[in-house]
Amino acid sequence: MELKEKLISSFLAFENEVDLDSRVHDVRSEAIKVFENEGFPSKKDEAWKYTSLNSVLKHDYSVFPKHEKNVEYNDVKKYFIHEIDSYKIVFIDGKYSSHLSETTHDGIDVCLMSSALNKPKYQLVIDNYFNKIAPKDSLTSLNTAFSREGAYIQIPKNKMVDKPIQIIHFSTGNEAALMNQPRNLIVVNENSHVQIIERHQSLTDNPVLTNSVTEIFANKRAIVDYYKIQNDNEHASLIDSTYINQKQESVCSVHTFSFGGKLTRNNLEFYQNGERIDSTMKGVTIIGNKQHVDHNTLVHHIEPNCESHQDYKGIYDDSSTGVFNGKVLVNKEAQKTNAFQANNNILVSDKASINTKPQLEIFADDVKCSHGCTIGQLDESALFYMQSRGIPKKETKALLMYAFSNNVLNSVKIPEIKQRITKIIANKLGINIGFDL
Amino acid sequence: MLKIKNLHASVEDKAILRGINLEINPGEVHAIMGPNGSGKSTLASVIAGKEEYEVTDGEILFFDEDIDELGPDERAHRGVFLSFQYPVEIPGVSVTNFIKTAINETRKAKGLEDMPANEMLKLIREKAELLEIDRKFLSRSLNEGFSGGEKKRNEIFQMAMLNPKLAILDETDSGLDIDALRIVANGVNKLKSKDNAVIVITHYQRLLDYIVPDFVHVIHEGRIVKSGGKELALELEEKGYDWIKEKANA
Repeated sequence: MELKEKLISSFLAFENEVDLDSRVHDVRSEAIKVFENEGFPSKKDEAWKYTSLNSVLKHDYSVFPKHEKNVEYNDVKKYFIHEIDSYKIVFIDGKYSSHLSETTHDGIDVCLMSSALNKPKYQLVIDNYFNKIAPKDSLTSLNTAFSREGAYIQIPKNKMVDKPIQIIHFSTGNEAALMNQPRNLIVVNENSHVQIIERHQSLTDNPVLTNSVTEIFANKRAIVDYYKIQNDNEHASLIDSTYINQKQESVCSVHTFSFGGKLTRNNLEFYQNGERIDSTMKGVTIIGNKQHVDHNTLVHHIEPNCESHQDYKGIYDDSSTGVFNGKVLVNKEAQKTNAFQANNNILVSDKASINTKPQLEIFADDVKCSHGCTIGQLDESALFYMQSRGIPKKETKALLMYAFSNNVLNSVKIPEIKQRITKIIANKLGINIGFDL
Repeated sequence: MLKIKNLHASVEDKAILRGINLEINPGEVHAIMGPNGSGKSTLASVIAGKEEYEVTDGEILFFDEDIDELGPDERAHRGVFLSFQYPVEIPGVSVTNFIKTAINETRKAKGLEDMPANEMLKLIREKAELLEIDRKFLSRSLNEGFSGGEKKRNEIFQMAMLNPKLAILDETDSGLDIDALRIVANGVNKLKSKDNAVIVITHYQRLLDYIVPDFVHVIHEGRIVKSGGKELALELEEKGYDWIKEKANA
């Protein structure tokens, strides 16, 4: 059976299992219809022109994992930013692991989507926020239809969350092939600040497909820093959709570090519903072999006096392929918008390729918008220069690549994350750079 | 130390060096002069191992080892240093981190441990002082936005740190004002010893007033057409290169 049919026929059983009388029953039913009509996107869709899901969809995925498997913290410690104290919301094969997690209801809610969907005390939040900013495209709808578990984070007014929150999804290979559909909801109220780290990690060579959707609501003057560490093995694929609704004077940043996975598609959309909003999205992509990473971004400048900063760097080796599709939309009312976009790429091998497509649609007449994209090779004269000082070619290349991605790391506010990313970059490039980066 | 025998080299099938013979011993300073396009910088790059240049005939022996098959880094590990005419800008890598990496990679190649941090710091401080380099300068991105003089001083600073056996200074005088020239030349002279050698590649006599050569060679059309003592440089300064060209072509 094709995956699409399998999902559609599983839907009734899924609803029976979770709760037919659920408040989101109607939302789910509507969503499965959208998916049924549209199916998985294909290269005929403009937004998927350079990313084919064919090789990912061919596996016979289990839609609901049947068995629970235990994972010991020591075996997976390395996937956490364990050097710092943090809240943790951890899932194993889509199921919550209380044993690896550290949640709280003490002044803030760092807990589970399943409880938010089911417990009456969260009803108002679900009514106000759930599926309110996520667009109704087929993959997001598919996630909505099967939404049951994920992270639920609610920060009340005037709260500096004392430590970062890590959301980690492990897949264990308990199933021959597993499809995961986590759904996260993050609501940050007026004048509050939160830092979130998200990671999807497969512990197996069995195929894994994750179709994740995160909705983030940053209310007035809220600050949200979000870090996505994508360093999965080459049997795991990820479609990660993150939708952010910002109210006036809020400041949101998303850093996406894409080093792993077979196929990774990032949909990242910012909606600026208020004045003096600041939105930042940065990314470093370093891949090789036959890996594929696609960044599909949107900033919608709806109101005046807002800023957006976009900076994506990519390094592609072997036969890897990359896509950057960055759309900046400036409404007629959004005067005095400052929007910057940059996408710089290095192709290390002749077989690697990148398709980069900036799209600016500007309807206001008093704005500053800039965009630039470059695709190049490592500078031969720089390679010779550094080698002539005794630095071997491999280290030279690594140093140049590190330097290239360096300014994206500059805006990372948690030093331990910066160190971790630096380490991953060094590992990825197979070198030991002789100083602390 | 360095023996170059009948060296032919070309880039993109264009022959540039057409039979260079040169022997350099420890303790010597050689100046290589010649008109533009004569092959001076090519010779420097070929000795340092730039990949674009293909050695089509002849050999380069460094301490009796044929180094033709060695990469630029391996030549550096053996003690070859090239001060670039146009040092490359490397944004995102500081001067300090760059030189630390260079030193520790060279040590690693020799089977040594990394240099202890305090020792490194001391060495950096000492050599920076020699080249009158400010501490703030060391944390800047390598060569990025440096003035001509800063770039060249930085080259000699790296040379001082790496302490090579053979230093090739490729038009180190170009773009230098008189003060910077004096600082650079002073640095080179302080580093000179009976165990190392220097090749000064230059178009003009100016630098040779400060770094006095034992031998002067004139390159024309990829060959050394005349060699002599330091007085040859003065003669060239006075008479230009035309008489050399005419003599060579006769």
